[in-house]
Amino acid sequence: MSEPTRADICVVAVAETFRGDGEILCNPIGTTPMLGGRLARATFEPALVMTDGYATFTASNLAPGVDPYRSDGDRPVGVDAVVETWNPYPQMFTVLWNGKRHVMMGATQVDRYGNQNIACIGEWRQPRAQLLGFRGAPGNTINHTTSYWVPNHSPKVLVEQVSVVTGVGYDRAAELGPVASRFHEIRRVVTNLAVLDFETPDHRMRLRSVHPGVTVDEVVEATGFELVVPDDVPESRPPTPEELEIIAALDPSGLRLREVAG
Amino acid sequence: MTSVSEVPDKRMTPDEVVARLRSGMTIGIGGWGSRRKPMALIRALLRSDVDDLTVVSYGGPDVGLLCAAGKVRKVVSGFVSLDSIPLEPHYRAARQAGSVEVAEWDEGMLLLGLMAAAWRVPFLPTRAGLGSDVLTLMDDLRTVTSPYPGPDGSAPEELVAVPALELDAALLHQNRADRAGNAQFLGPDPYMDEWYAMAAAETFVSCERIVDTADLAASGTFHTQRISRMHVTGVVEAPNGAHFTECPPDYDRDEAFQKAYATAASDPEAWAAFSARFLELDSEAAYQEAVAAWRAEQQEGAK
Repeated sequence: MSEPTRADICVVAVAETFRGDGEILCNPIGTTPMLGGRLARATFEPALVMTDGYATFTASNLAPGVDPYRSDGDRPVGVDAVVETWNPYPQMFTVLWNGKRHVMMGATQVDRYGNQNIACIGEWRQPRAQLLGFRGAPGNTINHTTSYWVPNHSPKVLVEQVSVVTGVGYDRAAELGPVASRFHEIRRVVTNLAVLDFETPDHRMRLRSVHPGVTVDEVVEATGFELVVPDDVPESRPPTPEELEIIAALDPSGLRLREVAG
Repeated sequence: MTSVSEVPDKRMTPDEVVARLRSGMTIGIGGWGSRRKPMALIRALLRSDVDDLTVVSYGGPDVGLLCAAGKVRKVVSGFVSLDSIPLEPHYRAARQAGSVEVAEWDEGMLLLGLMAAAWRVPFLPTRAGLGSDVLTLMDDLRTVTSPYPGPDGSAPEELVAVPALELDAALLHQNRADRAGNAQFLGPDPYMDEWYAMAAAETFVSCERIVDTADLAASGTFHTQRISRMHVTGVVEAPNGAHFTECPPDYDRDEAFQKAYATAASDPEAWAAFSARFLELDSEAAYQEAVAAWRAEQQEGAK
């Protein structure tokens, strides 16, 4: 068995984010998050519900980037996957407002309280760089558990202050009060260097583990604000041999290696 | 044998649809990103002198093209994206130039705004938006205090009151329709099209093919017949009318053409050439011919 790559470590760290979630919609967005979710379902969280990335919940472990739909003329569109439930966009919003969902989104910027920005860089009214807009981030973060995936941990991403708050962080949630924020949880930020969480008294971001081969100083250096760093920072756990086999089977073309090098 | 009533005939051309639109209107556009967009109707709109529009859309090239043509006063959207190309280039340029007013809502809020208009209520409440800059940056959003006690005897909850998105007109593209406007989607997702239809004073549906009402059943189960003719003003037969966006199972997105569109959009000279070749034409038929010629050139070049 070959040594696990950094990408494999990241996939396992993402999978760990979903530990304990049980029978809810595990909705990771992006290559490494999708692989992590599928790995969690294949191992310690077998009841997780997952999407095909389009309009269904599927029991099939589709590889990242695979579009399972096929067009055959006059018939309604077909799906090369085992469909558990039809879940088109109008229904997806109902699911997320209902709350049985843990999403892992990307973040162009994220701050020490987990405020996320994917809208733009600079002043919103006339941004220096227009990005994705708010997408579903405001609704996600106030309605159910959210985690973030950052494949390029740097001071430009983990910033002192985000340009625009798209996803709600813990300081904003605290201002809303306990009732309005009762469904809010930012569980983890998984990066190419480390795993971060908010398990501190005032929910400031904490270094939870560093990936093998990464030092605490490197993570601190690559973070644009002061992280909470415990005295003992463990290493992110490596994949088991069984997990490595599952990851290889889930991603036969190695797309994860294009997202995380090393 | 049971008799069958004859349905009204509401067939129109794309230009006849646009002749019913006026400058200053609020127009909803169905589909999602670069998926099943009513592009034949958008192209007809680009040929007209209608402008100063407020556009409500899960935006894709519909929003980009209207922005590039200077026809938009305001965009209300959940996003503007080409899906396989994350950022719509014309919309991005308009944003960075500050040349168009925008309301960038949470995606789910847009659905609630359409639902509120469809149900003829002034707003619908949601938790989505609380604590985020959607509320601090968008001038058109307010909150509302619940008239009921909060959970466990706490104070009444404050929620976001998403205002009704009342539309003067909606433009939609579907796979099939009958001549009366009963419309059928055959792809994986209906998107919000039926809500646009009910949120609008007038709704115009283009489709791949107009068939007899009885023949809609030949293409899919009745669950796919989501839009009733009572919400439809006009219906347009526009084969390949969603091009270059996807319209499965009839066709996938024309990724090569979308890429050419996005590349041209990033350079004024290239955009002028693209526009002259594909947009400054006098009919949808001319557009489809220009695309066919372009595709033949690409295939020739690939040999």
